[in-house]
Amino acid sequence: MKALRNLVDNVKPTFTEGGKLGFLASLFDAIETFLFVPNTTTKKGAHVRDCNDMKRTMFFVVLALIPAFLFGCYNTGSQVGLEGFAALMYGLVRVLPMLAVSYVVGLGIEVIYAQIRKEEVAEGYFVTGFLIPMIMPVSTPLWMVALGVAFAVIFGKEVFGGTGMNIFNPALVARAFVFFAFTPQMSGEKVWYSDWTMMGAQVDGVSGATALEQLATTGQMQWSVMDAFLGFIPGSFGETSTLCILLGGALLLYTGIASWRTMLSVFVGGLAMGYLFQAVGLTEYPAYYHLLVGGFAFGAVFMATDPVTSAQTNMGKYIVGFMTGALAVLVRVVNPAYPEGMMLAILFMNALAPTVDYFVVEANINRRKNRVKIVK
Amino acid sequence: MNLKNLTGPLSANNPIIVQILGICSALAVTVKMEPAFVMGLSVIVVTAFANLVMSLLRKGIPSRIRIIVQLVVIAALVILVDQFLKAFVYDVSKQLSVYVGLIITNCIIMGRVEAYALGNKPWDSFMDGVGNGLGYAAILLIVAFFRELFGSGTLFDIRIIPESWYIANGGFYSNVGIMLFPPMALIIVGVIIWVHRSFNKDLQEK
Repeated sequence: MKALRNLVDNVKPTFTEGGKLGFLASLFDAIETFLFVPNTTTKKGAHVRDCNDMKRTMFFVVLALIPAFLFGCYNTGSQVGLEGFAALMYGLVRVLPMLAVSYVVGLGIEVIYAQIRKEEVAEGYFVTGFLIPMIMPVSTPLWMVALGVAFAVIFGKEVFGGTGMNIFNPALVARAFVFFAFTPQMSGEKVWYSDWTMMGAQVDGVSGATALEQLATTGQMQWSVMDAFLGFIPGSFGETSTLCILLGGALLLYTGIASWRTMLSVFVGGLAMGYLFQAVGLTEYPAYYHLLVGGFAFGAVFMATDPVTSAQTNMGKYIVGFMTGALAVLVRVVNPAYPEGMMLAILFMNALAPTVDYFVVEANINRRKNRVKIVK
Repeated sequence: MNLKNLTGPLSANNPIIVQILGICSALAVTVKMEPAFVMGLSVIVVTAFANLVMSLLRKGIPSRIRIIVQLVVIAALVILVDQFLKAFVYDVSKQLSVYVGLIITNCIIMGRVEAYALGNKPWDSFMDGVGNGLGYAAILLIVAFFRELFGSGTLFDIRIIPESWYIANGGFYSNVGIMLFPPMALIIVGVIIWVHRSFNKDLQEK
């Protein structure tokens, strides 16, 4: 560790303003603060400082994504007929190019922006870059992923002012762009299965509708509830296993990064809407199916709870969460063109969250005003 | 003749990207180059002659009824253009559908008549109309260029991206379907404004 510190200190002058590679200052700063917690202290006044800065926070989110990621690898392999360790390795190799494209393109744009604006490279993309491959179908062509990432980083994030200023969740903007730009490639029966022939994978003739599409068209699915919960169903790379997502969610809640209010109310909202549809006879399958199939759990745990784009007030979190869940199920059941409604629901509620916050704050002010008694 | 009337609206005083007028039709007719081109020409003709006629009449119209007179003149011109298109380029006229008729509601035309033609000489007003029409047409063509190239792989219906590149024919490429939706046209207009302002610092809002 000490040797690393010395190395970083030695090359530092080269990368600071005026040094030979001064134009890479923001990149160097990003790597240095990634390796070591910066030991800056507040100069004036009293502030509570915590070593758990944004880089450490983002790291925990990625850690929480690992179970779902590993299961996604395994499931990718198992969907093309592999078993055990071979399935895991197959999936890992399969998703690696997508992950690399996501990070190279996204971080590349971030570094260019940081350099132009003379800012530090923000940490936000650390998580976004990991999320993007997990919410794409595994056979999405790489150049489409690259285009989606570029669109999301530039128009979803940088035009608003960078990390922490974005209105919409960047990972979902990438997903939405690819979905609407390449609809024929992003839906249908082939894209959910890997198409690489290696390690003896049986890719020929493997195709089929996802559980969501089956539920939307026939009202039932060919998998058992247990399979859907554990994740042995086709779907976007990291979204299938509700169990692994909940494991990650538990870590996020334990570390206090995600809000339990949002998470809980998304599930409640989805369930309530599901029961409503069941009661009026629009759907025949049990309402809790909605929470197990498709991207519902993934969206609820990792997307809706995004601290930047979600509501900021506690009451707002309940409202936005509930409406996200309800809207997702509404889109799934009522609109036949979109078997998956979670992406649209979260993006829509991202747009409404500031308005909800505004009314919550206004209501609070009015309530307090009414409490005041004017003494004459 | 004042050359600034003609060149000003092309960049520094562009109706779409600086005055933010006429956005609606810019989103509606820019899926392909050909309708965008025809629409651009039609608007040039209407703005130019509306400006000319109103400038000739400007001293005889009581200001209380000037809006009605303007509307009559513009409507007459729009109907002329519409009938002309139907007679000579029927296909494009069908593609443009209601949007030719809706030129009458294009804010650029009323805007220029109100702001310029009513207070200036006929020839200057005519040039101002041509300039603003050209500025509008230029942005339309830029937007349509990107939308048609990436959304359909063609330009003026001539294939640019070879058929063999497409996934259906064993290639890797696919049209960017979102380009055909109006929201993407709005984003392209936004990008044009972004690029334009970064080259024209004096236009940047504080």
